[in-house]
Order: sequence, then C-alpha cells, then structure tokens
Amino acid sequence: MIAHAIFFYVFSIIAVVSAVMVTVSKNTVHSVFFLILDFISISCLFIMIGAEFLGMIMLIVYVGAVAVLFLFVVMMLNVAQQKNQWFISKENSNHIPIGLLISVIIFFELIIVIGGWKYKPDLFDQGNLSIVNDVSNTHSLGMVLYTDYIHIFQISGMILLIAMIGAIVLTFRQREGVKKQSYLKQISRERAEGVEVVEVASNKGVKIDD
Amino acid sequence: MIEIGLGHYLTLGAVIFSIGIIGIFLNRKNIIVILMSIELILLAVNINLVSFSMYLGDLTGQVFTLFILTVAAAEAAIGLAIIVVYYRNSGTIRVEEIDKLKG
Repeated sequence: MIAHAIFFYVFSIIAVVSAVMVTVSKNTVHSVFFLILDFISISCLFIMIGAEFLGMIMLIVYVGAVAVLFLFVVMMLNVAQQKNQWFISKENSNHIPIGLLISVIIFFELIIVIGGWKYKPDLFDQGNLSIVNDVSNTHSLGMVLYTDYIHIFQISGMILLIAMIGAIVLTFRQREGVKKQSYLKQISRERAEGVEVVEVASNKGVKIDD
Repeated sequence: MIEIGLGHYLTLGAVIFSIGIIGIFLNRKNIIVILMSIELILLAVNINLVSFSMYLGDLTGQVFTLFILTVAAAEAAIGLAIIVVYYRNSGTIRVEEIDKLKG
C-alpha cells in the first residue's frame, strides 16, 4: 500500500509540474515536450489504478499521434524562434487577473465537490456494467464496447473520418504549374486519335510530328 | 495520506483542470499553447472518469474515456489544420494579433 502511495505521489507531482510547465514555458517546443511528459505520467497512473487498456491507448493516441502532430506543426510554422515574452500588449492584458480569479474559483469549487462526495458516499446507485475481476480490463472493455456501445463506437469512427476529411480539405492547396497524370484523359483516349496507319512510300520515309 | 483513495485522483484531476484553464487565460503567446491547454482539460476529465470507474466498479466511465480520447484526437487534428491555414494566410498565430473578427 505504501508503494502505491509513493508511486501515486511521484507520478502526480510529475504530472502537475509538467502541466504548469506547458502553461508557463516560453518556448513552444518545450511546451510540447512537457505535454508529452504529462501524458506519459497520467497514463502510468491509469495503468497503476488498473485501467491498463486506457493507459496504453493513451500512450498510443496522445504521445504517438497528438503530441507528435503538435510538435510537427510547431516546427513547421517556425513559431519557436518568434519572440515569446509575456504580457506584451498593454491594453489587452487586463483580463488576465480576472482569468486567474476565475480559475482559482473553479479549482475551489471542484475541491468542494470532491469533499461533498467524500461525506455523502451513498449518492451513487450501482450501474449495470460492473467490473468483473476474473477477466482482464481489455477483455471486459471489448465485451462492452462492441455490444452495448456499438452505435456510439461507430459514430466515433465517423467523427474521426470527418476530422480526417476536414483536415485534408482545409490544408489542401492547388499548386500552379505542376505536371500531373490525368486518369480521365488517359482512359478516354480513342484509337482514332492515338494511332494512325501510314502508307510508307519506298525510299521516301515518313515525316512525323509536323 | 498513505491510503490512496478516490479523493486523491479527483484532486489531481481538479488541479490539472485548473492549470488548463489558467493556461487559456494567461496565454499571450501563440494559439498552439491554447490547444495544448484544451488537451490538458480533456486529460483532467479523463482522470476523473477513470478513477470514478475504478473506485465505483462501473465500466461505463472507461468506455466514455475512450470516446473522449477520440474526440480529443479529432479536435487536435482540425484545430492544427485551421492554425496551419491561418498561418499561411496571415503569417502569424500570436493571440493578440488575431483580431480580424473584432471581438
């Protein structure tokens, strides 16, 4: 139990510190690195609590895809070399104290909600999808995901497809002066316009390409 | 303190959620950091869902965490595509210079 506590505190301190560093870091590339560290420590927490499938999926999706996408865009847009000091414009920075105040209020509201949860534990009535301990986490998730939640699962697949199409359409750019293969022209070519049968006169030859 | 319960995980989620909101408000740099703060907020929501799911013995929270993961990936892809197009058109993605809508 003490090992559980030690691991929890280590991973959560790393997660909180790296979340703060994502926010306050002046270099955007460093922010992406700290975001990756944050995702990895949170997925370690997930694996520790017993949700190992979600921890691994988190590693694959967030660290492998989303963070690398962020890194790619940051390096492509060349914003790391731009001047990144804080509070540049004077007239625009008056909403920062209010933002900080609202964030602190939200944090204390969440803390109050957690405390209320601790003191009123009978709020929850047991759902119908209880965790069975003799099958693995991945197995039980798979049993639920493809039977009870199949429609939401397919809708999430549609969301991913639409996101992919949207990203392609948004960033697609037609360039001028690029030679391309035209399949329509290729397959709609007739014999009459492509081939010509020529009588070759003896000793004269044929003049082509005139 | 030694016994790690549901409250510890929920507190961690609340801390990361608040850091994400502070990141949105405090940000004066480029808009990519705002997208990263949104990712932090979704991560905090995922922490809450998974810890409730494990401590209450109900699998629904993990299923919905999976769907939140999907939506977060789609949102990141679309948001970064919009940022790339905006940078190509205007040459900047600094937050205080994006004022074409005059909001």
